[in-house]
Amino acid sequence: MPRPGFVLEVDRSTPPIMFWRGENFSLEKLPAGRSRVIYPPEPLEAIEDIDGAIRDALLNPHEQDPLPAQLFPGMKLTIAFDDVSLPLPKMRSPDNRQRIVEAVLDLAAEAGVDDVHIIAALGLHRRMHEYELRHALGDRVYDAFHPRGTLYQHDAEDRDNLTVIGSTPEGEVLEISKRAADSDLIVYVNINSVAMDGGWKSITTGLASYHSLSFHHNPETLQHTKSLMDRHKSELHKSVWRLGAVMRDHGPKVFQIESTLNTDMFPSPFDFLSKREWEWKAKDRATFLATTKSLSRTPTRLARKIFHSIEGPHQMTSVQAGDTEAVHKITLEWVHKQQLVEVHGQTDILTLGIPYVCPYNPDGIMNPVLVMCMGLGYLFNMYRNKPLVREGGVIIMTHPTYREFHPVHHPSYIDFFEQVLADTTDPATMSRKWEKQYAEDEWYRHLYRTGNAYHGVHPFYAWYWGAHGLQHAGKVIIVGGDPPTVRRLGFTPASTMDDAFEIASDVVGRTPTISHLHVPSLLVADVQ
Amino acid sequence: MSRLTFDRKPAKFAAARLAGALAPGRGAAVGPLKLEGNEPLPLPGPDWLRLTPRLSGICGSDLAMIDGTATAYFDPLVSYPFVPGHEVVAMTERGRRVALIPVLSCLVRGINPVCGQCAARRTNLCERVAFGHLEPGLQSGFCADTGGGWSTWMVAHTSQLVDVPDDLSDEAAVMIEPTACAAHAALRYEGHETVIIGAGTVGLLTLAAITATRDKDRSGPLIVAARYVEQRRLAKELGADIVCAPDELPRWVRSATKAMVVGDQLTSGFRHVVDCVGSTDSLKQALRVVAPGGEVLLVGMPGNVSLELTSLWHREAAIRGCYAYTRNDFMAAIEIVRRFDLGRLVSATYPLDDYKDAISHAASAGRRGAVKIAFDMRESGV
Repeated sequence: MPRPGFVLEVDRSTPPIMFWRGENFSLEKLPAGRSRVIYPPEPLEAIEDIDGAIRDALLNPHEQDPLPAQLFPGMKLTIAFDDVSLPLPKMRSPDNRQRIVEAVLDLAAEAGVDDVHIIAALGLHRRMHEYELRHALGDRVYDAFHPRGTLYQHDAEDRDNLTVIGSTPEGEVLEISKRAADSDLIVYVNINSVAMDGGWKSITTGLASYHSLSFHHNPETLQHTKSLMDRHKSELHKSVWRLGAVMRDHGPKVFQIESTLNTDMFPSPFDFLSKREWEWKAKDRATFLATTKSLSRTPTRLARKIFHSIEGPHQMTSVQAGDTEAVHKITLEWVHKQQLVEVHGQTDILTLGIPYVCPYNPDGIMNPVLVMCMGLGYLFNMYRNKPLVREGGVIIMTHPTYREFHPVHHPSYIDFFEQVLADTTDPATMSRKWEKQYAEDEWYRHLYRTGNAYHGVHPFYAWYWGAHGLQHAGKVIIVGGDPPTVRRLGFTPASTMDDAFEIASDVVGRTPTISHLHVPSLLVADVQ
Repeated sequence: MSRLTFDRKPAKFAAARLAGALAPGRGAAVGPLKLEGNEPLPLPGPDWLRLTPRLSGICGSDLAMIDGTATAYFDPLVSYPFVPGHEVVAMTERGRRVALIPVLSCLVRGINPVCGQCAARRTNLCERVAFGHLEPGLQSGFCADTGGGWSTWMVAHTSQLVDVPDDLSDEAAVMIEPTACAAHAALRYEGHETVIIGAGTVGLLTLAAITATRDKDRSGPLIVAARYVEQRRLAKELGADIVCAPDELPRWVRSATKAMVVGDQLTSGFRHVVDCVGSTDSLKQALRVVAPGGEVLLVGMPGNVSLELTSLWHREAAIRGCYAYTRNDFMAAIEIVRRFDLGRLVSATYPLDDYKDAISHAASAGRRGAVKIAFDMRESGV
């Protein structure tokens, strides 16, 4: 029986706590008597017969007919699937997407369906490389569909292949892939790493145009998204659900397949990452020391390569299919079962170890904008009810925050850092003053459409993702970051955690209470 | 009474070249430059005066000479031994405080009739700088007969003198000559989008000169590529719309012009690019960011550079030289110096005795947060 999540009150006997620092780790001693560490629940038991569970979900869906009953010769079937932004690290082969897509294709073949398109639902993310597509879908699917042009990646700028489904009473426009819109059935294959994923967000972002996305990917919406992991208190999700209603009422039928994962994220050499520090055995301590020592002597580029080559177990805990809302409700129950930890009260400081990867740099560089996005966007938002840190409190992150960008994946991020952040770090100001220029830049558009670059406007979205955290925190400190780079982000650099506490004392006094969100392993703090 | 002289000594020149390659400015310690006693020079003619320099700046062309990197092109255009120093504010024997126009044109050389360029008042392009009654020398500071500013005595033709207004300090006055270069460069500015590569003395003064004539509301963006923090601060203060690191320049130009990129080349670019460095790297970058049909104005003195010119040919771009100034440019420079308080760009002054330190400081000025380094002869007790 896996142990539930746990809140450790730090006392004098508590060993130093492990923090991610990009491509390395550090051990930090948190003040006794006023610090707490929030650990995720241990990994739930995985489904043993995954293929059987998938088939069962397809044959016994929720609030819809079984998939075979919805398939018929001559129909247009579109299978859309989540891109490599999740899970992190990438999933050990075979990827769940491959298992599910193969199962759907088997049923389609049995039903005589021959007009099948498979679309990577990228939204404004970068196009996947061939090796990534092969990893997600397997060689069999790739080789059968890609050469025929029926496996491809969504293009949110392809005006000829986008179509408007309709609008919400609030004026939000749903514009999605024309092929998907013209289909008799869309099967959406989702991997739900966190509560934010899935539901109507899948189609209304993954297959949408920039125009359609801009109705909810904006500073105002995201400042009022409290939090991204709490659908009912998220303005983003409210907007997406309104668009989902448009899809339901005016679009093609959607057969949603969602699957959840346990928190078994890292393979055996990195076991210590998921363990609670006071339970580390001699072997864990030795592995940690050896790992950190060797990483500190390894060039960052090589360390990055090592980390990005890691494949996580990510075992499946549930798979359900059918009506989008019915399916998503069950999915959320599974996600919460795995990730929810009850926590009492807020603290003055929240500490976060920022890893080498976030959803927007698989096989790439965690550039400074993404450090902000990961810290204030993703990790800060891992709460329900209220944030772990009080309003006006301090967020302390650990990351080298090097001024380095992936030139192929993140070209507009470089300009954003040099141009936009040099001018303003305020999401609303940058949206008003700069976003249009980046959104309409032909060069960025070209790189997004033909290369492997995120859309020109994506760094804005990454920044908006942290808008709520930015507004909530009184100060943000990055420990170990390159000082000029950290200052460009509008944050305060600190050399050590003790320095950071000293700097934070200007805002929260000399004896602040501290929460540390233990990363890795995903958790959502249910703050009472 | 002393002066710094530069003689033709091939072995020392080679040593300076080697030392200069190891550390910029090191050529002063091992090269042909030496400190010696200074006897008053004979006047070359009736319209000549003796000057006692007060301040004399150290220019990039001086440093190239001292470190042995100056091109052999200049060899027939100078006469040895000469006293360097062409950025000069000095006193005449009658107590006039003057700035020197160092160009040794036909009138100064006693050539009559004057050459076509001088007749057209383009004295900077004088065709007779190696002829007439003076030894060869394109400017004072490179001519054996005139002396130069790095001394306690020199001579000058009356036509070379410009009175310094009383409200200008010596530091401001010594900036008039380099600012005149900048004013001359700014004559090519027509309000188009412009890049200035380099923000040393030449780059910053060119920026000031362009800002002085620029109608910001009606002109294209003005971007300055500056390597050092202090240079960036000054560039912003002197009117640049955007200041970036040199390696970020193509990205800024691309963004401003909405250009596409093919290989390393922007498909469009800025019509006016001012290269105030003159190196292979700066010229390569200039060609990357200049628009088809645009012009690269070369203000920084180049040496031997290696360039791939296919893009120049293919895009019908032009590289145009920009050398020195005319008297009108000097008059414009006085106003620019006053308006932008350019005397503050004189970061440090040294007595002639400390010439090695002075040269070393000037050679690493940008890195050390300095702009203009000058020799100070005011306490020399002539």
